[in-house]
Amino acid sequence: MCVVESDRMDQEEVFAAVYSVSELTREIKSLLEDHLPPVWLQGELSNFIRHSSGHMYFSLKDQDAQIAGVMWRQRNLLLTFTPRDGMQVRVFGQVRVYEKRGTYQLDVLKMAPAGVGALQAAFEKLKAQLHAEGLFDADRKRPLPRFPNAVGIVTSATGAALRDIVQIIRRRAPGLQMILRPTLVQGEEAAEDIVQAIREFNEFDQVDVLIVGRGGGSLEDLWPFNEEKVARAIRASHIPVVSAVGHEIDFTIADFVADLRAATPSAAAELVAPLHSALRQDLRELKNRCRRAFERSLHQHRDRLMRLRSHYGLRRPADLLYQRRQRVDELLQSIRSSCRNRLVQDQRRLAHNRQLLTSLGPESVLRRGYALCWDEQTRHLVTRVAAVTPGETLTVQLHDGRWQGRVDEISNGKWDQVVVEKK
Amino acid sequence: MNKLNFENAMERLEEIADQLEDGSQSLDESLKLFAEANKLAAFCTGKLDEAEKKLKILIKDQDSYTLDDEETE
Repeated sequence: MCVVESDRMDQEEVFAAVYSVSELTREIKSLLEDHLPPVWLQGELSNFIRHSSGHMYFSLKDQDAQIAGVMWRQRNLLLTFTPRDGMQVRVFGQVRVYEKRGTYQLDVLKMAPAGVGALQAAFEKLKAQLHAEGLFDADRKRPLPRFPNAVGIVTSATGAALRDIVQIIRRRAPGLQMILRPTLVQGEEAAEDIVQAIREFNEFDQVDVLIVGRGGGSLEDLWPFNEEKVARAIRASHIPVVSAVGHEIDFTIADFVADLRAATPSAAAELVAPLHSALRQDLRELKNRCRRAFERSLHQHRDRLMRLRSHYGLRRPADLLYQRRQRVDELLQSIRSSCRNRLVQDQRRLAHNRQLLTSLGPESVLRRGYALCWDEQTRHLVTRVAAVTPGETLTVQLHDGRWQGRVDEISNGKWDQVVVEKK
Repeated sequence: MNKLNFENAMERLEEIADQLEDGSQSLDESLKLFAEANKLAAFCTGKLDEAEKKLKILIKDQDSYTLDDEETE
């Protein structure tokens, strides 16, 4: 076999002219450029780049094929619209072969928009359908947790998007746990991978919010995020989803269906991660509010207590008590004083009676010079002279002593007829 | 009530601040609310002070999930 093969090659070398690369390329170039006149061509713009030189490079494509295109600066200056990826355009140009790289491209002389591209059309159709189903309804959008404990990230493990998200979340909320489920983010299998990732996070059930997205790219690159199954997976997620696809100008179906659309992955990180410094501030304010309000309430209660204390209703029992206590004191006082009065009176009466007794008794009379006289034998007091006979012995009592004497003489007559000088 | 987390702790703190500012509670209730507010604030501060966490990778192995550390390049 090998021998036969090599023989055939040898024969070809012998019978055919040998081209150089340049010669063949020139041949191709003249074939293409001379035999294909300038043409009108319709297709969808993609991979559109306006180089800093001002030249525009892009691809034109339909479902099955694509062709590279260039529009030089002096020609594109006249354009009346801004070409964008996904745009359906009609161009007038000529096929040129770029010999240095062995590629061919369309040298575009004129360009005009030509309705919406096929992808754009598919996008609009799905968007309208899902919108009609209510998948974009505002009341389906769930609020993001203000302070998530963990955030799930669905994106490529190697993309700039992940790097941006991680960096920003670390800066804003260092304690926030990030969990990545790496996925494809472009190509045919990406959509299914993203759907799986969202499902896995929902099964795992340990993150409070999901970021689903990727960095910027062409419309084709972003296409997985325009697929229906991704949209439905996002809507079916019981964990709130933030979409973060491409740049500010890129809108995908995922953006419409997500609970929140972030313009970029960085913006998603900012939306998801609360700024800890701001939360500290909030917390300080709340603490101060509570403390101030509590102190105010303490004062109010103290004031109320003071008012109540001075209130008559509360004062009354104490007042009654004081009144009664005072009354007791008064009564005691009056008992005491009436007892004392009684004692004094009694003493006075006693003294008086004693005096009376003394003055009425015989002694004071005797002291005044009167005498008692009695018969010693009969022990009768002699109160009249008729009871006395001369020669009889009588006892005479003075206040300090007595004597006995014999009666010599008796005479009648009142005592005032006798003048006696008191010694 | 649900498990205490930063979010519902902050919400409860706001509620307590509103209630205390409303000023219609008994002294006893005020004291209780204030004590609760202090506890919640301490909890929240603790959450904010948590140390930086590593990025983890979610791995599904049949029906169970594990978290791996990110591979360091």
